[in-house]
Amino acid sequence: MSTTLPRNPPAPVRPRAVSEVPGTSLHPVSARRAVVVALGALVGAVVLGVSIGPADVSFSAALRVVASHVPFVHFHSGVSRIDADILWQIRLPRVVLGGMVGAMLAGGGAAFQGVFRNPLADPYLLGVAAGAGLGATVVIVAGSRLSEILPLAAFAGAVGAVTLTYLIGATVGRQATVSIVLAGVAVAALLTAIQTFLQQQHAPDLQAVYGWILGSLTVATWSDVLLILPYVAVSALVLMAHRRLLDVLRVGETEADSLGVRSSRVRLTVVAAATLGTAAAVAVSGLIGFVGIIVPHTVRLTTNASYRVVMPVSMIGGAAFLILADVAARTVLAPSEIPIGVVTAFVGAPFFLFVLRSRRVGRST
Amino acid sequence: MVKRSHRTLLVLCAGLGLLAAACSSSSASPTGAGSSVSGSFPTSISAANGTVKIKARPHAIVSLSPTATEMLYAIGAGSQVKAVDKYSDYPKNAPRTNLDELAPNIEAIVSYRPDLVVVAGDSTALTGRLAAFGIPVLSLPPAVTLADSYVQYHQLGRATGHVQAADAEAAHVKSQIATIVQEAPKSEVGRTYYYELEPSYYSVTSSTFIGKVLGILGLRNIADDAPSVASSGGYPQLSAEFIVQSNPDWVFLADTICCGQTAQSVAARPGWSAMKAVRQGQVVGLDDDIASRWGPRIVELLQTVETAMSKHPAGT
Repeated sequence: MSTTLPRNPPAPVRPRAVSEVPGTSLHPVSARRAVVVALGALVGAVVLGVSIGPADVSFSAALRVVASHVPFVHFHSGVSRIDADILWQIRLPRVVLGGMVGAMLAGGGAAFQGVFRNPLADPYLLGVAAGAGLGATVVIVAGSRLSEILPLAAFAGAVGAVTLTYLIGATVGRQATVSIVLAGVAVAALLTAIQTFLQQQHAPDLQAVYGWILGSLTVATWSDVLLILPYVAVSALVLMAHRRLLDVLRVGETEADSLGVRSSRVRLTVVAAATLGTAAAVAVSGLIGFVGIIVPHTVRLTTNASYRVVMPVSMIGGAAFLILADVAARTVLAPSEIPIGVVTAFVGAPFFLFVLRSRRVGRST
Repeated sequence: MVKRSHRTLLVLCAGLGLLAAACSSSSASPTGAGSSVSGSFPTSISAANGTVKIKARPHAIVSLSPTATEMLYAIGAGSQVKAVDKYSDYPKNAPRTNLDELAPNIEAIVSYRPDLVVVAGDSTALTGRLAAFGIPVLSLPPAVTLADSYVQYHQLGRATGHVQAADAEAAHVKSQIATIVQEAPKSEVGRTYYYELEPSYYSVTSSTFIGKVLGILGLRNIADDAPSVASSGGYPQLSAEFIVQSNPDWVFLADTICCGQTAQSVAARPGWSAMKAVRQGQVVGLDDDIASRWGPRIVELLQTVETAMSKHPAGT
């Protein structure tokens, strides 16, 4: 894919990218430092995520349980069966799944913001949320026998919605990005209308539908992790491979085309990859909002605006953020759960405002 | 299950002349102006939505509450029921329509020319809107205690002209529950249970109707152990870790119909196999619909639980 990349990094792009965020530098050191900080945050989040939960299991017990599952190492954890099950079967898959979902939502958000050159773009922009919501609702109201295929239906709904958006939007008008975004709004509205109708007609299922829409990692299992792993891996690889091209797209489509980048093809590839990853994430976690906006922007505001940095740091940071949000979701009111979407918005919005404000202050002084 | 309890009822009736009045009213035969008709009109009933004035014995009742529908038929007012909402699936012969209390269509309701509308809440201000048509609305909100539910039989009895039959039905439910509680193995008192509303671990505390009903068998609800569940209004979403670590003796599934949960599917959940309830085969499926109502069939639900408890007395 990256063969379309001009041999030399496009010279006209860099000054502009820097000028958008004053006070940032593109020294590789700062990029490396950003990755290191993000990785540190991720490790911290995983440690917290594994050691904190409604069930009281000590951190050393947690370590021993994890060690006992390392292949080819015969180590007996000495932890009671129930505690071992809680850690290995319930808590750990939740942490891992949270990380994957967070990485996908943040990476997808960064990708969409780049492709559509719109700071408000999030991974749900083209109808992923509405499509997944409709797919899930159809399965929930259709009855119990189908509940195993819920993730599949949500995934199909999400991918279907974005395909529809793209087919409509990319063929209309000259300004492709604008018409795709508008088509996304229309498709989302249409699918949401159908979803709301179904939900309203099946009031007894309201709780199940509502619970799914709010997003949750409550029932995460290893099989969920395995289910979405291929999509997440492919999506992450493709997005990473295209991060330099996203930088090129920032100058505008015409300019990018003149630089030898086939912008419409890059757009399609990036949108397809981001959609695949986001749809897989949403299929197992429901609709967790806000991650795709605040994480990439926080990365942009604190490091620099080049997608070479924004993409990997957003993914790592998104993983850390969602794992931490889930720790809050399951401990603040333990043993009750708070919908994780509530946590991401409640914690994320003020934090984002804080970052935004501190950048402004830094700029004026 | 429904048929069986009905047969039990008939046997009871034949055996005990004392209960004849109660039995005749609680049989599902379409009783019209039978011997159980009582009460005087006009009448005014104090209900959740204020004082409800009913001028004459209603003969075109619209019930928008599945529980009220079950109660109406149980007290012998079935023949006066003209339409029931889309969720009133019991008894089967109730005139089910597409009406929906949560999305009420005033025109559709009025088109049945009702002389009484029974609802389970009044969130959509039906009382006021139907008052404009001179149609009284009786609100019988979800019961929090069994005593609340007995009051509702009486209110319905007065509203429909079946006071004696209604009181007898309430007394009958009460005595059946007392019998079940007596038969329940005492060894289970203090054992713990997890009650599942939905496979993402929504549960109930003992502050809810169903929690109180199960509580009278002497079982202890694991959801009560946490102070924070108070903020959930009695319906907390619990963490899987918490449920597994609480290691309940019993699991009651009120998501068998909605979500296809069974003892097998619970045992297959990762991390759940070491739980006492799973190891000892004490995962009991309940009828979601019965479990979410506070009508006469609560006896059946309690019987299901008691039967399971008697089959697996503690320590075996």
